Amino acid sequence: MADGTKTGPAAAPPAPARRRRRWTPVLFLLPALVLLGALVVYPIGYSVVRSVLDKAGESFVGVDNYVTLFTDDSIRTALANNLIWVALAPTVATALGLVFAVLTERVRWGTAFKLVVFMPMAISMLASGIIFRLVYEQDPDRGVANAAWVAVHDTFNESSAFPKAHPGPKSPLEKSEGGSFTTREPARAGEPVLLPLVGVAPDKMPEDAAPAAEAKADPGKVTGTAWQDFTRGGGGTPSVVDPEELGYPGIRVEAVKDGKVVAETRAGPDGTFALPAEADGAQLRFPADNFREPYNGVDWLGPSLVTLSVISAYVWMWAGFAMVLIAAGLAGVPRELMEAARIDGANEWQVFRRITVPMLAPVLGVVLVTLMINVLKIFDLIVVIAPGSSRDDANVLAVQLYDSAFGDRDLGVASAIAVLLFLLVMPVMVTNVRRLRKEARR
Amino acid sequence: MLAAAAALTLSACGGSGGDGGKDDDAPKAKGPNLKGQTVSVAAVWSGPEKDAFRKVLDAFEESTGAKVTLVPAQDPIIGFLESKVAGGGQPDVAMLPQVGAIEQAVANGWAKPLGKGAEEALTTNYSKGWADLGSVDGTPYGVYFKAANKSLVWYNTAVFENAGVEEPKTWDEFLKAAQTVFDSGVTPVSVAGADGWTLTDWFENVYLSQAGPEKYDQLAKHEIKWTDASVTKALETLADLFGNKDFLAGGQSGALQTEFPASVTQTFTGGDQPKAGMVFEGDFVSINIGQTDAEIGTDAKVFPFPAVGENSPAVVGGDAAVALKDSKGAQALLTFLAGPESAEIWAKEGGFLSPNKAVDTAAYPNDVQRDIAEALIAAGDDIRFDMSDQAPQAFGGTPGKGEWKALQDFLKNPKDVAGTQKALERAAAAAYKE
Repeated sequence: MADGTKTGPAAAPPAPARRRRRWTPVLFLLPALVLLGALVVYPIGYSVVRSVLDKAGESFVGVDNYVTLFTDDSIRTALANNLIWVALAPTVATALGLVFAVLTERVRWGTAFKLVVFMPMAISMLASGIIFRLVYEQDPDRGVANAAWVAVHDTFNESSAFPKAHPGPKSPLEKSEGGSFTTREPARAGEPVLLPLVGVAPDKMPEDAAPAAEAKADPGKVTGTAWQDFTRGGGGTPSVVDPEELGYPGIRVEAVKDGKVVAETRAGPDGTFALPAEADGAQLRFPADNFREPYNGVDWLGPSLVTLSVISAYVWMWAGFAMVLIAAGLAGVPRELMEAARIDGANEWQVFRRITVPMLAPVLGVVLVTLMINVLKIFDLIVVIAPGSSRDDANVLAVQLYDSAFGDRDLGVASAIAVLLFLLVMPVMVTNVRRLRKEARR
Repeated sequence: MLAAAAALTLSACGGSGGDGGKDDDAPKAKGPNLKGQTVSVAAVWSGPEKDAFRKVLDAFEESTGAKVTLVPAQDPIIGFLESKVAGGGQPDVAMLPQVGAIEQAVANGWAKPLGKGAEEALTTNYSKGWADLGSVDGTPYGVYFKAANKSLVWYNTAVFENAGVEEPKTWDEFLKAAQTVFDSGVTPVSVAGADGWTLTDWFENVYLSQAGPEKYDQLAKHEIKWTDASVTKALETLADLFGNKDFLAGGQSGALQTEFPASVTQTFTGGDQPKAGMVFEGDFVSINIGQTDAEIGTDAKVFPFPAVGENSPAVVGGDAAVALKDSKGAQALLTFLAGPESAEIWAKEGGFLSPNKAVDTAAYPNDVQRDIAEALIAAGDDIRFDMSDQAPQAFGGTPGKGEWKALQDFLKNPKDVAGTQKALERAAAAAYKE
């Protein structure tokens, strides 16, 4: 081999040298090819083969595993969710990134702002998943999303003082429409009534609550007592005002005749109330707004919202990535074009819409496609954020793949999912490669 | 193959060399001398449980001179071991949390039967019920080191005192107590609906007590269907509680987002106005109570799961140590775990029950733990292993699937008993077929 190198004229290389020249690149490529083959081509090929074998990997089952993909309920949810993900997450992240990039160009502290928006990218998916798990916590005392939501809600819609109050055993009250409680018998003037309620602990009573008292009889008025008919430590005697029991201060009482409210009042600190003579013969009612439950916020991680909640967490992470790429693209857009448009009388929106966005189109395309590929394989955020009870509703293909492979230990179905994911990524990849080629030619 | 044989011989030599025990280096305690050997143990424990188990292993290290590494495993442990075995790196010993897992490990040919020493310790220290749970086809494989009594209801004593309620003995009394607690102004029950396994435990206790042990065994083997009338009855009973929004902390939807640790802490924080008055689960609840300011025995007490039928149920769980390699170290560790000393170490740490009848109950840190442990030993062979843990993993042990999912849907909509049964049967039929 070695002696071939120095012989022969320079004009026409001899045959061995030519052959060697053909083999040199192959030799250099060989390590890469071997690695690619072992780490990429072989696994893909084996996944395809494995996807037509049964659970144990011993017998051929044809397309059975692929049929399972479209018949199994949780895999179908996964497919549907993946569609939502691909449709929503990349577009929202790119749109937000575009807005941030264009706006930060114009503010003084633009770099600082960019830094803040980009920062979530520095956190691992797992960590940001844990952060958002806490953000979305149902209890408004723990989850910041609900804390904010409840605060806004409560400014417009106050909760009541007696959310869990209800008639106790042997109470003359019964449930009526809309969560209110009404007496069975009509009340008479001059005969004080007892309206016992239970379900509010003494510590949770309004501060002005005083020990309950029986109302005095007044021939011209309908009087009565509304109180917590439960003695701490032993229940007390039902329907009797026991000494330690507290009144329901400020509870609203209505007198209802034939479905019409004829009089209403509020109870005093000791729970006593007095209605004018018109109330004679009317049924007494505690309207439902006495018992409105404290607003508990939104079920962020419940079955219906969980996917959107996780997508928001994803957007929080990746909007910064989109912004940085788009800002880089923006720096390359010639200023003269925008200046010229402005001189021609275009307003800022028109400049943005007709100049900036079209000029940025290639960058936007790259960002979108990158995010799409990224979103198709989303896994960690869902595993971390979705609680067990709505995990199935938040399912996506990558999570299902893991469950099938390591939970059900059905490598056949898992491989079929892998192949499906591969097929889904393919068109996106092909467009990406085409675009890159086109740009290289330019 | 050859390498493995060589390794075996080597370890055997190392072991027997030390057995004489006359070396100056020999440790003081009685275990065999395993100086220089490493034993790896896989377990799914984390947090305080892992720390406590580490102390047990430290004691083993001290008495034998062997080095023990604790391999953190993930649930489901069978899946974890499968990948380890496939790679040839299986641990010497695995702590298997299910009867089904032991059977699978045996069927796959991974598990090694107990050696002579371990078997002797097992027969002297354990009741037949527990020895049988660790055996497959009459051959003992597993030593149940840690047991769980899953038929307990924990309650906040301040809440019960304020409401003037006694510990209920039957399901009706339980519901009545719940109503009284609710009347006093506290939500009665905390349900950890986000973790499906707590729901399966709810069902199993009701079912075992109501339908009896025979039906329980049949359902566990899927010899009767989940659409059986006995299941209907049990679910309807459970719906007495789950169907009442006022009885559950956070209502049904709130319960579905409550994970087990939170279900315990919310019952024992907030003075006499906690988010719930009672929480159901096994003895291990005490670990989570330990993370609150509540004191077990004074602020937090426990009563047996109320009897729905004639008797209170006794549903148990447990972690069995199974050897995956024929090494001397593995067998020595199993023998150690089958003895009382190892269990007493963890018993002192709390949150632990030993099915080992030779364990001195004085080792438990408080009366509550001691009572639970003594009740477990007293239950003898009448115990029933957690049903979902006996079922195939796909049915009884996968988050968001099978029984877990079906019962979570049931908690969401407790009126739909028939639909729940259908979903359960569909999932069971698919999982048991294989």
